[in-house]
Amino acid sequence: MSTVKLTVNGKAVTVDVEDRTLLVQLLRDHLNLTGTHVGCDTSQCGACVVHMDGKAVKSCTMLAGQADGASITTIEGIAKGEELHPMQAAFRDNHGLQCGYCTPGMIMSAIDIVHRHGGQLDEATVRHELEGNICRCTGYHNIVKAVLDAAGRMKVSQAAE
Amino acid sequence: MYQTIYHRASTVDEAISLFGKSSEAKFLAGGQTLLPVMKQRLASPSDLIDLGKIKELQGVELSGDVLTIKAGTTYFDIMQSADVKKAIPAIAYLTSVLGDPAVRYRGTIGGSIANNDPAADYPAALLALGATVKTNKRSIAAENFFQGLFTTALEDGEIITAVSFPVPAKAGYEKMRHPASRFALTGVFVAQTKSGEVRVAATGASQSGVMRVPAIEAALKANWSPAAIDSVSISASNLLADIHGTAEYRANLIKVMAQRAVTAAG
Repeated sequence: MSTVKLTVNGKAVTVDVEDRTLLVQLLRDHLNLTGTHVGCDTSQCGACVVHMDGKAVKSCTMLAGQADGASITTIEGIAKGEELHPMQAAFRDNHGLQCGYCTPGMIMSAIDIVHRHGGQLDEATVRHELEGNICRCTGYHNIVKAVLDAAGRMKVSQAAE
Repeated sequence: MYQTIYHRASTVDEAISLFGKSSEAKFLAGGQTLLPVMKQRLASPSDLIDLGKIKELQGVELSGDVLTIKAGTTYFDIMQSADVKKAIPAIAYLTSVLGDPAVRYRGTIGGSIANNDPAADYPAALLALGATVKTNKRSIAAENFFQGLFTTALEDGEIITAVSFPVPAKAGYEKMRHPASRFALTGVFVAQTKSGEVRVAATGASQSGVMRVPAIEAALKANWSPAAIDSVSISASNLLADIHGTAEYRANLIKVMAQRAVTAAG
């Protein structure tokens, strides 16, 4: 057993876990943050993507111990109260989800993509960058539309802050 | 995943000492291969020694004609490095088509070459560029480092600290990406050294892991152009064959990827 101390969605947490515990298990089973999903559990699908110190990582391919001292943001941590994050709002407005299983990971990866590329985003870049996130319903079309839409909205909301 | 004991080292010396005290330890770099393998219960180290927080294993240095990438540098940091882009842009490109963005934030060059997957990208770059692998004990030429499928010259408890690449005159890399795994169905790295030597390495092709391709090297030495490779014949014997491609298909891919790599190198 090890004690892992980290910040999750802005809140300091201390958890005792078995050393083999994955970050996604810490989030889901110990903190009840079940918005982060396990899809394939083999590092392919991206349903488990969270941000660690601002970088989108696969939480099923990290030990909880490796996140000791880090700041983690999950899908539960991006809205401001009742107000959706611009990426969430864009997914809703563009019908960027059907069953919704991949959506938390898609949104966390997509926010990271916009942060890295800013206003330089085009459709080809979004498709290339989303290759670590698999969706079996939408055919990706509306997901790509949503990410491009959100890139514009995030620019506006950053400028307003 | 079976039970394991997790340790975090702050220095290379501490990591080696922790390794020595464990029965069946493994070093953990980015974990993008080791952890999936442990989850499948194909590996069950008694102890994991995390190298991820060791500062002396991080960073890129360009000094004259030598580019040194420390072993714990992530793919993302390699791709972004101004020194890598300036000295050997083919390495920045190779890194940008490796895995996916989330994997690139975690995976490291040291982890990749220590694992020596027969379809990994970096082994081709090291072999074609004539790189040197630095460990806590010694320097190993890439030629001698890669010793077949998932096998390297590393001894038990030896840690890769850095990889040094002589800056080439020209270099290029192209691969046929497996669309699901993003591994190379076959990838070819071509390089022309500053002294005019031509070195070509193929990954994802041979049953014995990464390999030089002497026939293409000779053709490019005579005439550095994609057309020079047209008449080269590559034997399919000893090449990998699986549901994704036959040995003959991979033999042809070696030529086609080499031609594209030469075009990319300019």
